[in-house]
Amino acid sequence: MTIDRRSFLFGASGVAALTLAGCGGVKSGGSKSGSSSSGGASSVTTQGFGKPDDVGQARIDAFKKAYPQVTVRINEGDFDPQQFLSSVASGNPTDLVYLERGLIGTYAAKGALQPLDDLISDVDIDTGQYRKPALKQVTVDDKVYGIPEFYNTRNILINGKALREAGMSPQDLSTTDWNKLHANAAKLFRASGSKISRIGFDPKLPEFLPLWAKGNGADLVNEDGSPNLDDPKIIEALTFAYSLIQEQGGWSKFKAFRDTWDIFGSGNEFVKNQAVAFPWEGWYVNVLVQSSPNLDLQSVQFTDRQGNPTSFCDGSAWAIPKGAKNTKAAVQWMKAMTATDTWLQAGAARAKTVEKNKSIFTGLWTANTEADHQVHDKYVKPSGRPGFDQAINNYYASTESAFAINPSKAGSEIKTAWTDAVNRVLAGQQGPEQALKQAQSEAAKAYSAVK
Amino acid sequence: MTRTFPARPAESPALPAADRPPGKPRRNRGEIRAAYGFLSPWIIGFVVFTAAPMVISLYLSFTDYDQINAPNYVGGENYRQLLQDPKVALALRNTLIYAVMYVPAAMAVALALAMVLNRVGRAAGFFRTVFYLPVMTPTVAAAALFLLLLNGQKGLINRSLALIGVHGPSWTTDSSWIKPGLALTMLWGLGGTVVIYLAALQQVPKDLYEAAQLDGAGSIARFRRITLPMISGALFFTMIVLTIHSLQMFDQAYTMFFGGQQNSTYANDAALFYVIYLFQQAFGVLHMGYASALAWLLFGIIILITAVQVRLSKRFVYYEGER
Repeated sequence: MTIDRRSFLFGASGVAALTLAGCGGVKSGGSKSGSSSSGGASSVTTQGFGKPDDVGQARIDAFKKAYPQVTVRINEGDFDPQQFLSSVASGNPTDLVYLERGLIGTYAAKGALQPLDDLISDVDIDTGQYRKPALKQVTVDDKVYGIPEFYNTRNILINGKALREAGMSPQDLSTTDWNKLHANAAKLFRASGSKISRIGFDPKLPEFLPLWAKGNGADLVNEDGSPNLDDPKIIEALTFAYSLIQEQGGWSKFKAFRDTWDIFGSGNEFVKNQAVAFPWEGWYVNVLVQSSPNLDLQSVQFTDRQGNPTSFCDGSAWAIPKGAKNTKAAVQWMKAMTATDTWLQAGAARAKTVEKNKSIFTGLWTANTEADHQVHDKYVKPSGRPGFDQAINNYYASTESAFAINPSKAGSEIKTAWTDAVNRVLAGQQGPEQALKQAQSEAAKAYSAVK
Repeated sequence: MTRTFPARPAESPALPAADRPPGKPRRNRGEIRAAYGFLSPWIIGFVVFTAAPMVISLYLSFTDYDQINAPNYVGGENYRQLLQDPKVALALRNTLIYAVMYVPAAMAVALALAMVLNRVGRAAGFFRTVFYLPVMTPTVAAAALFLLLLNGQKGLINRSLALIGVHGPSWTTDSSWIKPGLALTMLWGLGGTVVIYLAALQQVPKDLYEAAQLDGAGSIARFRRITLPMISGALFFTMIVLTIHSLQMFDQAYTMFFGGQQNSTYANDAALFYVIYLFQQAFGVLHMGYASALAWLLFGIIILITAVQVRLSKRFVYYEGER
């Protein structure tokens, strides 16, 4: 193996930056992606895929069945930028990388990912099967850099018991009328002195700012990938979402109380009456079904201020790193893992798990429109728990009205800028306008550097 | 009270004095080769994993390098940029404030524990092990644990404070209390410093205390006039090590405030330490050239602070055998 100048520089600079600064960095999670790509037509290696669950394993099995000559090597562990970059820079990456779609723009701009258009044509992948917002997220300069897999949307989940006791209906927590929502959140909030005992409505800042902004009619990133962070509508949205927190004890106490929730346990925030409502991803319904099956769960779709349903979507994608050796097997993998038939096999595997656990099939939430519809029609049935059924239906409905943050070559920098801005507001260091104007300035600088 | 210490014996020459010119010991070539042979694993490791990367990083600090494409030479642009970057100033300020909080507190607590251990007698071995055990705990696990302990609403620390009528702060979410909370967290891993102090305390000759006691010195006077001067070498060493360690704060702060807790992207500016910012620049937004410049700035600051400490130590540190 020869080491080229760039690989040497990368390794040396990584060691030096962290040695000089005394930073141990992040361990690679046990996998050695750099050395795992043996190449050749008979093997395919991945990084970032984590440990497959029943849905993942069923799809891996489907691929192995379709391509028995290809050896699959899954490097378990979540996506690790350090691990990924070092494998690319050393010229020894895995054949596939599994990562958030929001990261694709930045990595594509730097040349760390390969455009897939030719490979997609070679194996005849129908990109029309994927949900448009998901496909848009992986498209940079009209070139496709990833194949979308899952599709997470957000809706409002509600503690039905607490709501009923307060004499309210789920519609009283609709995001259409902000004044009404503000007043009702305050009514549902409980505190004794400085101790909070229940949050009425958690707007989920900073992570859900894109949703609040869209609800007020603005996008954080423009169609061309440039930042739009100081749009007056976004400032207004942040001001409102922040006011919900201020009304409920202020950020310091609010966040500290929220950190005490056992969100995955049987004593979760709904069961313990610590929260009444918040927007969250669809997968959480699956958690609640298992951890607290008798919960009185209610839900409403997130709506814009005109009353139209809207939802912020994101999810994962498969991509091929620059320098990957077995691109043919990699693109076959992408095709197989996201094909309608494969998702149906995954649906069958999940149905089996659900039956074994005497649980509810809550959906797979895939980025493949047809697969999602077929899985829904085949496996999602009335469960006898109307609250859960309504929540599942709401998430399926929101997949049709969801938006994704527009892709940008400076996607990471823009996200850092708006996240930092919200954090400054939450910490009381700046007001929404000042924070977002600073964020816009930082993001615009980063965008102009890569444009 | 005066005391004289025996001078250290002169080192034995390798060959009889008659066979070599005065002042220039002649060394056997075989011995030299053997010495280098034994040293070579360290030398190779140092060159490959420290010296060469440092030199290359110095070069990269003058380039625009994203870790994927070849570096572009940009002269002093990265250094100019870091002087104007408000986040560098913020991260430096946070780091220095934390160091000022942590280092004296760590030294005081470790010394107090070591002095207690020094009096325990036969059970000292057991307690020494107990005090050292936290050092073996993974920092990430300890940080996650302290997030729960320090929780402002339901954490054990605030609940304990409430028992004595003290209303505890929001250690993990209030900007004013984040650094004190982290300093408190870091006291958990003081076992190494305690062991160093204990070893130093056990080297203090007992007859000094006996003589002082006969002269009527009380316990505070004995501590100030005997203990502190006699262990000042250890105190100085740990001060330097703890200072460098605190300027390189990363693991705990990253885990507690930046480490991707479930569904959380909240990171308070008060916890933005210098190395965290460096890491974000290097691996978050792929500015490795800029991150290299940041690393060299920190290296310079550490050298400067250490030089000042060494300079000051001449006035305060007592070494046995020194005149």
